[in-house]
Amino acid sequence: MSTTAAPPPKKTNRIGLDILPYRGLKTTLCAGCGHNAITERIIEACWEMGVQPWQVAKISGIGCSSKTPAYFLNQSHGFNGVHGRAPAIATGAILANQNLNCIVVSGDGDTASIGLGQFMHMLRRNIPLIYIIENNGVYGLTKGQFSATADVGAKLKTGMVNELTPVDCCIAAIELGASFVARSFSGDKRQLSVILKASLAHKGLSVIDVVSPCTTFNDHDGSTKSYAYMKDHEEPLHELGFVPSYEDIEVDFAEGSTQEVELHDGSRIFLKKLGRDYDPTDRLRAIGMLHAAAQTSEVLTGILYVDRSRPAFTELLNLVPEPLATLPQERTRPSAEDLAQIIDEFR
Amino acid sequence: MSASPVVLDGQETGGSDFVVNDFSIQVATANGSGSQTANNVLMRSIFQMGVPVSGKNLFPSNIAGLPTWFTIRANPKGYIGRKKEYDFLVAMNPETAREDVEKLQPGGAAVYDEPLALRSIRGDVHYYPVPFDKLVAPVCPEAKLRKLVKNMIYDGVMAHLLGIDLDEIRKALFRQFGTRKKKAAELNWGAVLAGKEYAEKNLTKADPFRIERMNANGNKIIIDGNTAAALGCVFAGVTVLTWYPITPSSSLAEALISFLERLRVDKETGKATFAVVQAEDELAAVGMAIGAAWAGARSMTCTSGPGVSLMSEFIGLSYYAEIPCVIIDVQRVGPSTGLPTRTQQGDTLKNALVSHGDTRHPVLFPSSPEECFSMAQNAFDLAELFQTTVFMNTDLDLGMNNWMAEPFEYPESPLERGKVLTAADLDRLGGFARYKDVDGDGIPYRTLPGTNHSLAGYFTRGTGHTDTAAYSEREDDYSNNMDRLARKFDTMRKHLPVAEIAPRPDARIGIVCVGTSRYATEESRDQLLEEYGLACGYMRLRAYPFSEELDQFIDAHERVYVIDQNRDAQLLMLMRLDLAVERIAKLRSIRYYGGLPLDARTLTARIASEEGL
Repeated sequence: MSTTAAPPPKKTNRIGLDILPYRGLKTTLCAGCGHNAITERIIEACWEMGVQPWQVAKISGIGCSSKTPAYFLNQSHGFNGVHGRAPAIATGAILANQNLNCIVVSGDGDTASIGLGQFMHMLRRNIPLIYIIENNGVYGLTKGQFSATADVGAKLKTGMVNELTPVDCCIAAIELGASFVARSFSGDKRQLSVILKASLAHKGLSVIDVVSPCTTFNDHDGSTKSYAYMKDHEEPLHELGFVPSYEDIEVDFAEGSTQEVELHDGSRIFLKKLGRDYDPTDRLRAIGMLHAAAQTSEVLTGILYVDRSRPAFTELLNLVPEPLATLPQERTRPSAEDLAQIIDEFR
Repeated sequence: MSASPVVLDGQETGGSDFVVNDFSIQVATANGSGSQTANNVLMRSIFQMGVPVSGKNLFPSNIAGLPTWFTIRANPKGYIGRKKEYDFLVAMNPETAREDVEKLQPGGAAVYDEPLALRSIRGDVHYYPVPFDKLVAPVCPEAKLRKLVKNMIYDGVMAHLLGIDLDEIRKALFRQFGTRKKKAAELNWGAVLAGKEYAEKNLTKADPFRIERMNANGNKIIIDGNTAAALGCVFAGVTVLTWYPITPSSSLAEALISFLERLRVDKETGKATFAVVQAEDELAAVGMAIGAAWAGARSMTCTSGPGVSLMSEFIGLSYYAEIPCVIIDVQRVGPSTGLPTRTQQGDTLKNALVSHGDTRHPVLFPSSPEECFSMAQNAFDLAELFQTTVFMNTDLDLGMNNWMAEPFEYPESPLERGKVLTAADLDRLGGFARYKDVDGDGIPYRTLPGTNHSLAGYFTRGTGHTDTAAYSEREDDYSNNMDRLARKFDTMRKHLPVAEIAPRPDARIGIVCVGTSRYATEESRDQLLEEYGLACGYMRLRAYPFSEELDQFIDAHERVYVIDQNRDAQLLMLMRLDLAVERIAKLRSIRYYGGLPLDARTLTARIASEEGL
């Protein structure tokens, strides 16, 4: 009788998949790059939430961050587009098939410099997708030039100091209509994980700005996007908890210490107060606090803003529920009688 | 009101010397004065009389105030291209009145606003002064509306002078206003009657021009090219339109939106089977169209030359990544300010080659509303069949002017959706290689995002990929892929709309053109034969890449004139890229680039001169 030991059973998620379909190719980014940690969090969050890999569209622009969709969700369709234009491609994909779960990964140059226009208009439209900005303040692939999120006073390796006002993608996002806005740090595993899971439960645009140090070009003294700087300046607004819709868990918390926010699919986030009062449903205060933090060089992280009432763009378009992409001809080509009637009107 | 005698210093014209149904009318007004309605009614009433007619609006880039001209050409033989000369003037614009009168053909006639006192300008034309302001006041009590209603008076005057049946004017007028604007129509009708009555009492017909009933228009309709193209897109089953406003393509998008709202909203649920986004710029417009097509939609954008320039990076990506996209380019003159409201075939070369690296794109060249309708459908089928951007190049003349057209035929063939694998296909095949040439035609298979199969996904990139869509920077992977793309482009030649060819026996000379150049070319060809005895073969290309028929046409002639509505002979340049040296040597260029629609006289003079005639 053979005594070969059976392999240990693979751990599967709620749709019966192990972690493998959620992984991707081996990363080609630098060792220690914050982006790799974000990729890991995306893999975990999608696996834990039981996201269907075939229903995901991964879209990016150009840059180090934009390479990362190749490193997660290997079975999903991916599209590495042109610099700064991922919002347009993603918008189009969602128009064609609003049932897609669209994850866009972009960088600070891609989003705040070349792609600022598209980013702003995506915010205005509240396109239902997750938009992750892997923010390191520099262009990696072209060897370390400043991007538009570089802070005033930040210094490059060459000694060059930025004197221009940075673009704060989160303030813009709250201001212009994204309905879920968060900021995190690639080194904050627990917080980023909750934010990603919450964004998967949100229907509407989620903008997640993640400070993600570039170990090659922007991790030195004088950088404001380095691991050391974040260690000293990150100020989490709250301790985050997340209960997905498919889990029925009672959460006990002391009165007044924790705010509960229910998301569209019934999932709940719990925000346990840390030091200061913060209400992520108060738009004006959120913007005010972000401005104030910038004055004191604090990097506020956490879920900055949630608005469940704002309709996603696809709702405004009043589309049929099926994907437009695969509607049969009977539903997309009007009849001969329709044509005849129109022609009559031109006689 | 005193009777205005008709001054006639030119030759006297007797009743037997009438010029019937063969003359041009020029209406000169100021932009924003509402003359478009009066002009369209006048044109349509001539059309309803069964006389072949064309109308061309020459307008400035301006909302109100600058000079505008509308030319109506009636021609019993059906020549509907622009005619440079005009025989009948309606002078409403003080700014241009003197020049307008000076340009009239000798023996012509001018209806003009009486206070302009034009009659001293020259003595060889007939004058019909009309006191428009005095006439409009009693028929239009509301002073604010008088500026708009005033123009209808000249329709009444012209009906009397040219012999247009008043019932036809009434029919065209009420049609123009539709059933919902009956009151406005009645108000304008009052102005027509006032004009007619004034002319009857005060003007004596002295010019030779007349409209008489014919039966040349059969079952035809009148429609502009942009509306026809929009209708073509609807019957092509378009599902996503992403666009950015730009003259002269905006009215295409707007017509399309109104057709979609009418025909493509589910009557029970009120839900739309289409999505329209007015994008923030042309980069986003084409990016959305490409994203939508990648995910399987029949998507499109419409624009003009400056828009295509902005779209060029994305268009290159669609070529390399093999994503269908339809771009309708309603061509106009050049960048920035100046002549954006004038016509040109300015993007012939650019659209065939646009973007960086080695890129080539199919381009369709419609010449009429019928072809705008049918080729818009071709464009969507070709884009999905060949997984690439397809251009349809129309121009301002075709897109924004009204044309006579045969009623459009309902498409018989089903929509071509190309090589798309479903989950069931993947089960059967056990997988697929995105960029593999399975069928030897250069066209690979694709899957759509959202296909419920673990093997459906692939990663889309620009230049560097293997045939399984894996990232690659290897030289053989790149060059093999480029060779396959060239093969795919070659396959396309046999699937494009075929050229229209009209040979003439013993013709040693050939003429080749595209798009709206056809009208002047067809007329010029007859002029060359009648006036110089020069027989010319004729070929109208309807698509790029060109087919072997072009080779054969050139081989059959000693010299071939290539007609371009641009300075740099773009159509000829495009031919040079493809043709053998001995054929290139036979090509001669005829170019016009003044921003107006090409006219036959210009062509005839140039070709006759080239031929030493």
